Amino acid sequence: MQTEFVIFVFLALATLIGAASVALSRNIFWSAMGLLSSLVGVGGLYVLLSADFVAVTQVLVYIGGVLVLIIFAVMLTSHIEDINVSNRSLGLVGGYAVFFVTATLLCFVAIWAPWKLTDQAPVTETTAAIGNGLLGTWLLPFEIASVVLVATLVGAIVIARKEVKAD
Amino acid sequence: MAHLTLNHFLVIGALLFGFGMLAVVTRRNAVAVLMGIELILNAANLNLVAFGRYVAGGISGQVFSLFVIVLAAAEAAVGLAIILTLYQMSRNIDASQATTLKQ
Repeated sequence: MQTEFVIFVFLALATLIGAASVALSRNIFWSAMGLLSSLVGVGGLYVLLSADFVAVTQVLVYIGGVLVLIIFAVMLTSHIEDINVSNRSLGLVGGYAVFFVTATLLCFVAIWAPWKLTDQAPVTETTAAIGNGLLGTWLLPFEIASVVLVATLVGAIVIARKEVKAD
Repeated sequence: MAHLTLNHFLVIGALLFGFGMLAVVTRRNAVAVLMGIELILNAANLNLVAFGRYVAGGISGQVFSLFVIVLAAAEAAVGLAIILTLYQMSRNIDASQATTLKQ
């Protein structure tokens, strides 16, 4: 149990330091690296919660897909040393105010709310259970998600391609 | 304190959500705003999996978080396509400057 807690502290530090550098780093490329650290940390936390399938999906989809896309966008659009930190309409002070209010409120709720804990043991063969669930109980949302993915594919291509004039 | 409970994960989720909000609210670079949205979705996912493990039991929380991951990937693809088009139009991805929908 002690090693589990030590691992938890390491993963939590990786997650939160990465998230902080996403929000605060002046260099957009370091923000992308912070996002990498944060996503890896959350994946590790999924393993601690005995959700191994979700952890592997996190690595495949987020780190292998979304993060690579974001780094492509960083490289293609802005100069890496670009400094544009603060949003003038709200300012850094307003941003910190939003951060402290939401974070303290959510932490307060998380610690003091009387959650009804279950003593059920975690499912160990999650891949089999999730596969059965996706083709059984959650079949309709699964199919709707596939339609959404096709629409996204078409939409992203339509938006990103060059406009072809008729003549 | 050497025993992991639901509260540990919920606090991490709350702080992750706070940093995501901070990024969305304060950054002007549109790519950084998108990164903040990814952080917020990750915080929600972490909460879903933690509640599924400690409160609901079973795999419903994990299936829910898988759907959120699918939607987050779709959102990132469309968002980055929009950002690239914006950059080709105006050589600029400052979110506060993008006030027109057409050239």
